[in-house]
Amino acid sequence: MQDNPSPLDATPADAAVESVAGSEDIIVVRDVNKWFGEFHVLKSLNLNVKKGERIVICGPSGSGKSTFIRCINHLEAHQRGEIFVDGVELNEDVKNIEAIRREVGMVFQHFNLFPHLSVLENCLLAPIWVRKTPRQEAIETAMHYLERVRIPEQADKYPGQLSGGQQQRVAIARALCMQPKIMLFDEPTSALDPEMIKEVLDVMVELAGSGMTMLCVTHEMGFAKTVADRVIFMDGGEIVEEAPPGRFFSQPEQLRTQEFLQQILDH
Amino acid sequence: MAAHQPAPDQPAPVSERGVIGWLRENLFSSWFNGLITLVTLYFIASLLIPLIDWALIKAVFSGEGPESCTPGGACWVFVQERLGFFIYGTYPDPLLWRPNLVFLLFAIAVVPQFLPISGGLRKWLAIYGVTLFPVAAYFLLAGGSFGLESVPTTRWGGLLLTLVLAYVGIIAALPIGVVLALGRRSEMPIIRGICVIFIEFWRAVPLITILFMASVMLPLFLPPGVTFDKLMRALVGITLFQAAYMAEVVRGGLQAIPKGQYEAAEALGLGYWRRMRLIILPQALKIVIPGIANTVISLFKDTTLVLIIGLFDLLGAVKSTLSDPAWDNVMAEGYLFVAFCFWVFCFGMSRYSHRLEKQLETGHRN
Repeated sequence: MQDNPSPLDATPADAAVESVAGSEDIIVVRDVNKWFGEFHVLKSLNLNVKKGERIVICGPSGSGKSTFIRCINHLEAHQRGEIFVDGVELNEDVKNIEAIRREVGMVFQHFNLFPHLSVLENCLLAPIWVRKTPRQEAIETAMHYLERVRIPEQADKYPGQLSGGQQQRVAIARALCMQPKIMLFDEPTSALDPEMIKEVLDVMVELAGSGMTMLCVTHEMGFAKTVADRVIFMDGGEIVEEAPPGRFFSQPEQLRTQEFLQQILDH
Repeated sequence: MAAHQPAPDQPAPVSERGVIGWLRENLFSSWFNGLITLVTLYFIASLLIPLIDWALIKAVFSGEGPESCTPGGACWVFVQERLGFFIYGTYPDPLLWRPNLVFLLFAIAVVPQFLPISGGLRKWLAIYGVTLFPVAAYFLLAGGSFGLESVPTTRWGGLLLTLVLAYVGIIAALPIGVVLALGRRSEMPIIRGICVIFIEFWRAVPLITILFMASVMLPLFLPPGVTFDKLMRALVGITLFQAAYMAEVVRGGLQAIPKGQYEAAEALGLGYWRRMRLIILPQALKIVIPGIANTVISLFKDTTLVLIIGLFDLLGAVKSTLSDPAWDNVMAEGYLFVAFCFWVFCFGMSRYSHRLEKQLETGHRN
C-alpha cells in the first residue's frame, strides 16, 4: 500500500548497489527485518529518502517506529535486508558503521547530554575527536549552532542546570556540530513539559527550512503538517501507509490509519 | 485583569536557628532524649578524661631511656628513641637521605592536592605523582644505578615499606581494575570469560593465602636459579588482589550509567575506547569514588599482612621492638603510635575522596 513502490524491490542485490550510487536517494532501506528474540519487530520495511526530504514517522507505541530509525545509524542491528546511507552499506563492518554515524546526527527522547561536560564541551567532543577539527574552529562552529538553537548564553553551564527544553535544544546543536547530512529525531518532544515543546519544535521547523534531510519519529501532528514532505504510519512493525501530509491527514486510505488519527487528533 | 503579587519570604521560626535551636532539635527534643544525651555525655567524659590524662598530661615526651618515664603516664620517649627504626626499618643509616628525598618528592605530589591552589597545577602534580615519582622513587630507594649504592629490599622497612606497598598497590590496582571491569562487560565471550575467571579467582582467596603462595610456593614452581625479590612478589600479589576488588567497584559504576549515554556516544561516531575514556569512565568513576576510596583504604591497612612473610612494615617494625627487655610495658604506646600513623593516612585519603566528589559535582542526578 505504498504510494511509490521502490523500483529496487524486484532487482537483485548487485543492481541495487549500482542504482543507489547513481540515485539521489540518500537513504535506501530494502526489505529490512528485525527480531527481538522471537518477536518480529520490523517486517520487510522498504523506504527511499531523497536528499533534503523531511519525513515524519508516526504510529502507536510498540509499532517499531523508534527501532526503525535506530537501525539507520545502527544503534540497533537489522537481521535481514539492506540499508544504504549516503552510498555506504550498513553491515557489521565497524568502519562502515562509524563512517555512517559521522554523517547521521541523532536526537533522543531523553536528550542524553553528557552530564559531566559543559554545554560547549558537549558540542565540541565529536567534532574534535571524530572529525579532528582544530579546537578553535570547533568552538566557532559550536557557538554558531548554539546561537541557532537560541541558547548561546548557556554554553558554560552543565546540562544538569538547564531545563528540559534547553537540554533538548543543546542536544540538537550537539548533533548539528558534526555537520551531518541527515538528522534523526526519536520522539524529541515526548519527555518535555508542555510549555517547553514549542521551543524545541521551533528549532526543528527552522532546521527543516534549511534543507536538512530529516527523519522524525513524533506525535506532533502540527509539526508533521507544517514541515513533512511525507508522513509514514507504522503499526505492528510494518509501514501501513505513506503519503504527503495533506492527503495523509484528510484522506487516509487505511482503516488502521484513520483509527489512529482519530485517537490522537480527537481529544 | 488582576496582577498576582508573589508572597514575600518569611524568616524561619527561632527554634530552627542557632545553637539553642540545634541543641533543642537534636539533643533535648523530649525528656527521654535529654536523659539519653546526659548519660552518653557522662560515659564519654569518664572514658576520655583518663585517656587524655594518660596520653597527654601525665605523659613524658622526651628524655633518655626508659628511666625518664613515670608510671601512670604514657612513655612517648620509647617512640621518640625508636622513631628512625619505625620509619626506615633497617635502611642503612648513611643512606637515609635517599628515603628522605623520596618522602619529599612524595609530599610534593600529595600535599598540594589538599591545598586551595589552581586545579591545573594540582592535575599536573597528580600526573607527576603516578608517573615520574614512582620511577624516581624506585631508583633512589633500590640504588644500584647512577652511582648509588644498592640497598636490598630486605632492608626496607617501617613506614617506608608500608607506603611503598600501599602506593604501588593503589596506582597499579586502579588501572588494572578498570580494564578488568571493561573486559567483564565486553561483548566478546573470550575476553569476558578471562576477566570473570581472573576476578572470581582473586576475590575468592584470602590475601594471607596469596602472600603465602607468593613467598613460599611460587619459588617451588620457578626453575632453579630464577628468584624474584620477596617484596616484588608481595607487591604483585597485593596489586592483583586489589585489582579484582577494584574491578567489581568500577563495574558497579559502569552499570549505573544509563544506556542513553552509551547510545549518544555511539551516535556521534565515537569508537569504543573513546566512548569509554571520554564519556563512560569519567561518569562511572565519579559515581564510585566512595567505593574506590573504601577499597584503597582497606588496601592500605591490608599491607600490614606482609608481616606474615617476614617483611617488616610499620606494624611489624613496632611489634618487633616491643619485646625489647629494656623497655617495660610500652605496648600501648607502640600500638597507639601505629594506629595514629594509619589514621592520618586513611583519614587523608577519605578527605581527598570527599574533595574529589565535590569538585566533580555538576548538578546532575541520573
